[in-house]
Amino acid sequence: MTFYALFVPFVAAIFAPALTRLFKHNAAWILALAPAGLFLHFLGFVEGVAAGERFTGGVRWLPSFNVNFSWFVDGLSLTFALLISGIGTLIVLYSGGYLKGHRHQGRFFSFILMFMGAMQGLVLSDSFLMLFVFWELTSITSFLLIGFNHAEERSRRSAIQALVVTGLGGLSLLAGLLMIWNITGLSELSLLLASGDLLRDSPFYLAAFVLVLGGCFTKSAQFPLHFWLPNAMEAPTPVSAYLHSATMVKAGVYLLMRLNPAMGDTVPWETVLPVFGGATLIAGTLLAVRQTDLKLMLAYTTMASLGLLVMLTGFGTEKAIEGAILYLVAHSMFKGCLFMVAGNVDHGTGTRDITRLGGLMTAMPLTFGAAILAALSMGGLPPFFGFLAKEEMYYGLASLDPWSLTFLAVAMVGNGLMFAVGFAVAIKPFFGPKVETPEHPHEGPVLLWAGPVVLAVAGLFSALFSSEFHRLISNPMAGAVAGHDADITISVVPHLGTALYLSLATVALGIAFYLGFDRLRSGMAGLLTAIGWGPDRGFDQVIDGIVRLSTVVTRWVQNGRMEYYVTATFILLVLAIFIPMGLADEWPELPEFPTLFFYEWAVILIAALGLLAVVWAKDRLTAIVSLGIQGFAVAVLFMLMGAPDLSFTQFMVETLSVVILALAMTRLRLSPQDPRSWAQFFLDGAIALASGAGFTLLLLAVLATEFNAELTEFFNTYSVQIAHGRNIVNVILVDFRGIDTFGEIAVVMVSGLAILALIRVLPKRRAANAAAPTKEVAEPIQEAG
Amino acid sequence: METAMAILTGLFFAVSIYLMLSRHIIRILLGVAILSNAVNLTIFTNGRITREVPPIIPEGKAFPVEAVANPLPQALVLTAIVIAFAFFAFLLVLVFRSYQELGTDDTDEMREAEPPNEPAPPLGY
Amino acid sequence: MRTLIFRSVAPYLSSLMILFSIFVLLRGHNEPGGGFIGGLIAASAMAIYGIAFGVSPVRRAIRFHPMALSGFGLFLASVAGILSVFPGVPFLTGLWIYPEVFGVELALSTPLVFDIGVYFVVFGSITSTALALEERERD
Repeated sequence: MTFYALFVPFVAAIFAPALTRLFKHNAAWILALAPAGLFLHFLGFVEGVAAGERFTGGVRWLPSFNVNFSWFVDGLSLTFALLISGIGTLIVLYSGGYLKGHRHQGRFFSFILMFMGAMQGLVLSDSFLMLFVFWELTSITSFLLIGFNHAEERSRRSAIQALVVTGLGGLSLLAGLLMIWNITGLSELSLLLASGDLLRDSPFYLAAFVLVLGGCFTKSAQFPLHFWLPNAMEAPTPVSAYLHSATMVKAGVYLLMRLNPAMGDTVPWETVLPVFGGATLIAGTLLAVRQTDLKLMLAYTTMASLGLLVMLTGFGTEKAIEGAILYLVAHSMFKGCLFMVAGNVDHGTGTRDITRLGGLMTAMPLTFGAAILAALSMGGLPPFFGFLAKEEMYYGLASLDPWSLTFLAVAMVGNGLMFAVGFAVAIKPFFGPKVETPEHPHEGPVLLWAGPVVLAVAGLFSALFSSEFHRLISNPMAGAVAGHDADITISVVPHLGTALYLSLATVALGIAFYLGFDRLRSGMAGLLTAIGWGPDRGFDQVIDGIVRLSTVVTRWVQNGRMEYYVTATFILLVLAIFIPMGLADEWPELPEFPTLFFYEWAVILIAALGLLAVVWAKDRLTAIVSLGIQGFAVAVLFMLMGAPDLSFTQFMVETLSVVILALAMTRLRLSPQDPRSWAQFFLDGAIALASGAGFTLLLLAVLATEFNAELTEFFNTYSVQIAHGRNIVNVILVDFRGIDTFGEIAVVMVSGLAILALIRVLPKRRAANAAAPTKEVAEPIQEAG
Repeated sequence: METAMAILTGLFFAVSIYLMLSRHIIRILLGVAILSNAVNLTIFTNGRITREVPPIIPEGKAFPVEAVANPLPQALVLTAIVIAFAFFAFLLVLVFRSYQELGTDDTDEMREAEPPNEPAPPLGY
Repeated sequence: MRTLIFRSVAPYLSSLMILFSIFVLLRGHNEPGGGFIGGLIAASAMAIYGIAFGVSPVRRAIRFHPMALSGFGLFLASVAGILSVFPGVPFLTGLWIYPEVFGVELALSTPLVFDIGVYFVVFGSITSTALALEERERD
């Protein structure tokens, strides 16, 4: 059942364009049934998983390589699957309203459902290979979605950038996974989790660790590989809400959490993750403050949140991990909601620039309500889920050693800044005096406000019923990440203690940031202008450099002169024969002078004369006849060497060759000579003689070795017994190796078709003359044929 | 016999490569035709040579009664001959048509696909 | 090439060659011969006939487009392979039946069908090429 569930989104993606053509934007209601059904399907696992069960299944794919197509469900993957299908349902509905009337809405649905399938496959994968395939599939679908407005250059650039960065990360991940596979001999995550020590004790642990991080950090936009994420905001808002905040960018965090029991608890893990995560948190929030575009502000806070998650995952205390998983759930809800709010504001007013918005509260009440609820959760205020997350993470971080204090400070500053940005997004557009906007502000249809409202309310209810939520969702998830059972008790009722004081301090910090928001923004803007260069510009420089380099290399290697290519090829051939032979000192023994019958000598001599005559032929006819002579000589040789079948075939082929050569050549007016300069003559001659000698030596060396007649004996023995044929050659052709012959006759037929097509193509000059007799003659016409 | 064949094969290769190094497509075509013979001879000789006894089992017998020629390279070469011919015919027509289109048989003057002084590819996305 | 002698001999030569090609094809499993050689001989017959009388009589004589014959050959070869589905053996496994026709036991087999397919592919493709080139000769 779950196995088929993996394919449901892809099937829906296939039907999406047709449905959209039939029902226009209302197709969203039908298409949303797919993720909704999946959501219900996964809900069925919740009780079991909460009771500590794990569900696995799948099919054996390549048993000989121990590669399986297998899935497994535990607390971590279940929560992700629920988030993906749950938020996915809302997003499909939301896209129905957001892209209403867009001429490629069907394509959009198709892409987003495909992404959903890929993401769901990623979190449910058990085998490494499946994980990698789905991982790359999310990169590809993300590329398609970011480049959805492909007519705009900025979209194309962002799409390519995202693909290059996450794709390279994916390759690094593949290398990492293969390395883990090699170290442990295990190719499945569920088995790996129990054998972490094997991995941690390996001398290659560090290499595997770095490679896996390469994948996770690019996907989850960790500093300094973060730059693709803000650019990805070129995509339509539903994509930003879904891929670039709620799900795809969390894939890296997912994998880190997944591998925590197997790879965590080591010095590199607990150093690298918090440091990079913390840096990302601070960089993300500072960059967010600088923006005026609602979506970009949210994008940078998303990056900051990802940093926070990575930091907490790697911090090492149990409470930190619990904080991370609570924050992950909370973030998916409030950030998805806020992105949709930003989309609604954009949709309702025509602008996303925060400095040009205000007083929308009355015009867009539902959107405003959702925004406030989400911002409260983001700011970590009770009674919202974000509050639980923040309390728990402070419990995890609060300790008196300098290392912990540093990260505590980082978390507080980061949270404070995020608080400020969250409220800036949720409050500034809605309060204050009304501002003239490009469009008259209005609330969208139900498709547009349903998503944000549901997510905002979910953030409230999950916190109010926190004990039940912890039992069913948080505890199994935390258990899966930590590797042993977890018991989260945090609830919305504030307990006096360190965490609460820290929360209050954070809120105070946040309010201070909020009040000084404009000054903070101009300060950051000034700072960034002063720095000037960033990884985003660096990306352009690298890409330009690659293009320039490849141009130079191509010009050098591929200069358009065929003679050059052919010469280079054959020089390489000569070297390929002589260098290995010389290095291995495998020159053949000087063979004794062959003893042949006189007629054999005669035929060989005729063949040689025919060959030389082809080279020295002064006119066409001589060349053709000489070609025939050497061919017939070969046919006779085959006859002498016990191959009548070959001999007949060669005779027929040579006859036909001469006939068609004569037919074609009489039509060409060619200069009979083969003009080569003396230098050319000597060079070509030397190459030709050297390769000829090389082949002779090679053949002699082969002939000096012992002949393995196993196959020959097989054919001789079974030709009559199995295949009932006495002509062994024919039996091999039509029976033993029939499938080869089948392919070969297909080639013959295709070449026949190609010849026919080539002859039938109207000569270009004639076609051009017929169409426009003056100008086109000089210019090549690309479409010929 | 095999030594003689090895030397003859070398000669086939030398001639065909010399022809292919020409700038004139007709010569190249002849070179390709000879190359197919060269390759066939190589495969054939590699399977060792038995004089005059074809790999055919006499009627009523289940196995060859005497040492017969190796059937395997023969089967390989037989299809290779036909395919080489099909390929040769295709090349011939290609040469023929390109001569008609471009009015030259000199490869240096055939620059349709890679014209000289091509502009650098555009930067950007 | 259109000399009187050549034009008088060509029809007989061509039909003899066709006949011979079929003979070579059918005996191929036990004696030298087979589909490749048979196809080449038949194609040469057509080329000779074409040189003697021009292309259109040849096209009329074989009724179908030569490439269609070639395609038919490939089809026949795949049928020979697919027949092995029925007894449930791998693709292209040789199957034999021995029906008695007028008291003579005939050995029919899928390798024979396959070889006939090869014959048609080679015959069709090469005839098509030769005819196409001969046609250009005259335009």
